Amino acid sequence: MRFMVMVKASKDSEAGVMPSEELLTEMGRYNEELIKAGVMLAGEGLHPSSKGVRVQFDGNDRKVIDGPFTETKELVAGFWLFECKSKEEAIEWVKRAPNPMPGSVGEIEIRQVFEDSDFGDLVDKVPEVFENERKFREQVAKKNG
Amino acid sequence: MPAADTHRTIDAVWRMESPKLIATLTRMVRDVGLAEDLAQDALLTALEQWPDSGIPDNPGAWLTAIGKRRAIDMLRRTTLADRKYEELGRDVVEAIETDVIEAIDDDIGDDLLRLVFIACHPVLSTEARVALTLRLIGGLTTAEIARAFLTPEATIAQRIVRAKRTLTDAKVPFEVPRGADRAARLSSVLEVIYLVFNEGYSATAGDDWMRPALCEDALRLGRILAELMPQEAEVHGLVALMEIQASRLRARTGPTGEAVPLLEQDRARWDQMLIRRGLVALARAEKLGGAPGPYAYQAAIAACHARARKADDTDWARIAALYAQLAQLIPSPVIELNRAVAIAMAFGPAEGLVIADRLQSEKALEGYHLLPAVRGDFLAKLGRHDEARAELQRAAALTRNARERALLLDRAAKLAGDR
Repeated sequence: MRFMVMVKASKDSEAGVMPSEELLTEMGRYNEELIKAGVMLAGEGLHPSSKGVRVQFDGNDRKVIDGPFTETKELVAGFWLFECKSKEEAIEWVKRAPNPMPGSVGEIEIRQVFEDSDFGDLVDKVPEVFENERKFREQVAKKNG
Repeated sequence: MPAADTHRTIDAVWRMESPKLIATLTRMVRDVGLAEDLAQDALLTALEQWPDSGIPDNPGAWLTAIGKRRAIDMLRRTTLADRKYEELGRDVVEAIETDVIEAIDDDIGDDLLRLVFIACHPVLSTEARVALTLRLIGGLTTAEIARAFLTPEATIAQRIVRAKRTLTDAKVPFEVPRGADRAARLSSVLEVIYLVFNEGYSATAGDDWMRPALCEDALRLGRILAELMPQEAEVHGLVALMEIQASRLRARTGPTGEAVPLLEQDRARWDQMLIRRGLVALARAEKLGGAPGPYAYQAAIAACHARARKADDTDWARIAALYAQLAQLIPSPVIELNRAVAIAMAFGPAEGLVIADRLQSEKALEGYHLLPAVRGDFLAKLGRHDEARAELQRAAALTRNARERALLLDRAAKLAGDR
């Protein structure tokens, strides 16, 4: 099963303060450990929210809101994608990470990624949903093709 | 933490730590069976103590310390009691006393690789290699392996016990093979991993025709091996092949669980991240140079499909060329038949039919339903409907898969209508 592992932002990360060389080295070592264990599928760091935007949906309206955003602790500063056997394994791996936000209380959130089997019942009950989606895609492909 | 949570955490820690722990202990005691017993001892101690004491900050180090202590105790005992272990025991005890054990920790990658080669040793049956690899390197429990292969747990347990005994009796050394032996031994390792993958990808037993968890296990083993042997192109070739094939898992079954052939799959459902990982692994294999091995060729073929946004965009000429190269490496009429299909897609059914016709005299393809199925397809496209119908009916009679038989007969019937 896959897990999205999100590093929450801090005042520093939001201010665009780059991680120290020490942290970068430790993170590099940690990433290497993850790769050697075959656990890490992907991982990236994100620019502060001042460089980000949000697109707000209200009915048919789309509104673009420029960053920065205020609720620092809810923002994501980076992520990994893990493939693990269990949530407990993901937790154990995350506990071994260096503190991503030295000098403050860092937080890393672990969320399981949906898989096809999670939709198992749904597929059985309403196959036409998926069938229609496929037909729709075919139409789009034809139009574009 | 509730006891059930602690146990699940211990399971997770075990999966993460046991391969390294067993590798370290095998180096100490030079016997993988014994090393595993010692590691299990350490696990039992954790199961006894952690629910009360809590999980230590560094559970891996904790388990290793207990395991090493058990090993030293045991070696001291056998040094006194058993002449067979005498020399070995003295060496190890001295080594520990001179702190050489600390240096061993730096070498853990090498030890893990040695363990991989032991688990896939040719002295073992293929079944035993698979079970032992999943157990020792994948960190799976006997129960998990049994579930994955739909085999009774007692059977797997016995298989593992026998395998460990065989390794002890054969005095298989704890080493990474060198020289002439190396290539053959490595291909045994790759074969075991790909076998696990294929058991997941097209299950030979049970109701489901795919078991994705086994694909994940195989991918993990492959990814671990790729980092242990970064200079071996063929390891990256195998990883590339598995990543790309796994990218199609979601698209390979339809709403009612039926198989969806590659060219009819909804490519929007392919896992683009796995494709990208596969292409990166393939590039890594190619960058290392040398003549590609069979896995790298198959990965390159899989990559041709992965790169095509629509089935119509497939670079069939390149696929045909890759099959030709693969056939030179491992001559096989099945590969040749695949080449015939690629040639037909690239240059027309008449060209493909020339190759398929040549294959009709192949003894190995006698009774193989795909040869008449492919010939029937070519003939139908060429407008030779009577011959095509006969071939499709022959293929239908030969296949053991009911759904496939229905498809073939349906196609044959439609040809009759066109006449």
